[in-house]
Amino acid sequence: MKWDLVRRDFKKNKYIYLMVLPVIAFFIIFSYWPMYGVIIAFKDYSPGKGIFGSDWIGLKNFTDFFSSYYVGRLIRNTILINIYDLIWGFPAPIVLALLINEINSRVFKRTIQTISYLPHFISLVVVCGIIIDFTATDGLITTILSYFGVKPTNLLMRPELFRTIYVSSGIWQGVGWGSIIYLAALSAINPNLYEAAMIDGAGRWRQTIHITLPSIAPTIIILLILRLGSMMSVGYEKIILLYNSSTYETADVISSFVYRKGLQESNYSYSTAVGLFNSVINFVLIIVANFISRRVSETSLW
Amino acid sequence: MSLKRKSTGEKIFDVFNHAILVAVATICLYPMIYVLFASFSKPSLLAKHRGILFYPLGFTLKGYQLVLENPNIASGYFNTIIYVVVGTGLSLLLTAFGAYALSRKDLLWKKQIMVLITFTMFFSGGLIPFYLVVMQLKLINTRWAVILPSLISVWNLIVMRTSFQSIPESLIESAKIDGANDFTVLFRIVIPVSGATMAVMTLFYAVGQWNSWFNAMIFLRDRDLFPLQLILREILISNDANAMTRVQDASQLVDTDFYKMLVKYCTIIVSTAPILCLYPFLQKYFVKGVMIGSLKE
Repeated sequence: MKWDLVRRDFKKNKYIYLMVLPVIAFFIIFSYWPMYGVIIAFKDYSPGKGIFGSDWIGLKNFTDFFSSYYVGRLIRNTILINIYDLIWGFPAPIVLALLINEINSRVFKRTIQTISYLPHFISLVVVCGIIIDFTATDGLITTILSYFGVKPTNLLMRPELFRTIYVSSGIWQGVGWGSIIYLAALSAINPNLYEAAMIDGAGRWRQTIHITLPSIAPTIIILLILRLGSMMSVGYEKIILLYNSSTYETADVISSFVYRKGLQESNYSYSTAVGLFNSVINFVLIIVANFISRRVSETSLW
Repeated sequence: MSLKRKSTGEKIFDVFNHAILVAVATICLYPMIYVLFASFSKPSLLAKHRGILFYPLGFTLKGYQLVLENPNIASGYFNTIIYVVVGTGLSLLLTAFGAYALSRKDLLWKKQIMVLITFTMFFSGGLIPFYLVVMQLKLINTRWAVILPSLISVWNLIVMRTSFQSIPESLIESAKIDGANDFTVLFRIVIPVSGATMAVMTLFYAVGQWNSWFNAMIFLRDRDLFPLQLILREILISNDANAMTRVQDASQLVDTDFYKMLVKYCTIIVSTAPILCLYPFLQKYFVKGVMIGSLKE
C-alpha cells in the first residue's frame, strides 16, 4: 500500500523529483564516490586493478605514516599555523570593527570599509604573486624591514618567517571582509543603552567594555567555536603557492603533503591514508565544537 | 546628537582612531598602488629602485603592450570567461533546482536528502579519491573537469533554500491552481521574487570560478584550456618566461630580466583591474551575502 502512495506522489510531483535528481547525482558522484574511494587507504592501489580490485594491506599506510620522519613536522606545522592564525587573525577583524564603529562621519566610515574589502577581491594567485615580489631580496617589504636593521634576503626562503608571512598576509586579505559580520552585530545594538550609560557618566571606553563587547560576545563566541573546529585543517592552495623545498620544515602541512605525495609522486594509497587521518580529526573537532556551541550559546550548525 | 561635550581623552582617542584607520586603509590599498605605479615605470629605473614608490619612475606602456600581445593571457581570459559563464549558469540552475525541491514539503525523504547533502560539508573523501573519480569519469584534460566538480556549493544551496522557504506558500499554491507546473513556478515566481538572493549567489559562484586554479592545475594538461589564474601562476609564481610573452619574443627577452619584472606588474593589473573596478559597486550584494549566510533559518 505504501509503495502505491509513493508512486502516486511521484506522478503528482514528478517535476520536483526531476529537479532534485541531478542535485543528488552531483553529491553522489563528487562527494560520496570519493568517500567510497577512501578504502584505497587500506589497499595497495594500482591504477590497473582499480579501487575494487587492488589488494588489501590493512593499516600499513597508516603505520608507515606514523612512523615516518614527517609525521611530527606535519602535525606541528598544521597546528602552529592554526594557533598563530587564531591568536593574530581571529581578533583582528573584531578590533577593526570596534575602531570603525567609533567613527561618526558616515563618509569616512564607508570609505574605510570599502578600501578594507579590496584585498578580499584579489585572487589568491595574484596575492601570492605580490607576496613573492614584495618579499624578494630587493622587494618592497624586505626593503622597509631593512630600515629596521633586518638583513635583506629573500624572506620566503627563510623557514622561520614562513608562518609570519602566511598569517600576516591572511590578515591583510581578510580583515576588512571579516569585520562585516561584527559591524552588523554592532549596528544592531540598541542606542538607548549608550544614552543611558552616558547619562550615568560612562565614557566611551567604559561604554565599549560594558555595552559594546557584551553585545557582540555571542557573535564572537560562535565564530570562535567554529574556528576551533577547524584547528587541524589548513588549505593547501596558499601553502603550495608560497612554499618551496627550503621552507618545508615550517611550511609543509598535512594537506600540502597529501597533494605532493599523492598527485606529484602518484603515491595514491599512502596519501589517501594521510588525508583520511586528517579528515577524521577534522570531523571529530567539528562535532565537538558544535556540541560545545550548543551548550554555551544555544546556537549550533545542526 | 552627542549629549555632552567630549573629554580631552576622547578627543585624543578620536585623533588616534582616525590615524589608525587611515593607516589600515593605506596598507590595504598601497600594494595595488605600488604594482600600478611599477607597471608604468621604466624597467631600468625600477630595477635600481628600492622601497616605496610614490609615482611611476618614468613612463612606458611597453609592459602592457607585451601583456596584451601575449597569447597566453588572451586565451586565459577567454577560457576563464567560458568557465565563469557556463559554470555559474549551471551552478545557479542546479542550486535553484535543489533549493526549490528541498523547500517543497511535497518532497519525500526531504530530511534524509538534506542530511546527505549537509554531511558533505563536514566530511570528504579527500583530494586523492576525488582526483581518481574525476579520472575514472574520463574528464581529465577537458573543460568539464573545471566546471562539473565544483558545480554546487552546499552553503549556497542552504542559503537559497532558506530564502525560498520564506516565500508565502499561497503565492505558489495559487499558481498551481492556475495549472502551473513546478518548473513554471520556479522560473516565473520563485526566482523573480528572490532577486537579491539570486544576485548574491551569482556573484559568489562567479567570483569562486574566476579565482579558482587548483582543479584546473591538477586536471588540465593542454595549455589551450588553462584559465587565466593558471597562466598567472606560471607568470607570477613559477616565474616562467615562456608564459610571459609570445613564443618568438621569448629568446629576445631572456636577456632582459628587466622586462620580466615589468610584465609581472602589468599582468597583475590587467588580470585584477576588472574586479577591482567592479567591486565597489557590487559590494552591497556581497555584504548582503555575508549577512544572509550568517543568519540561521
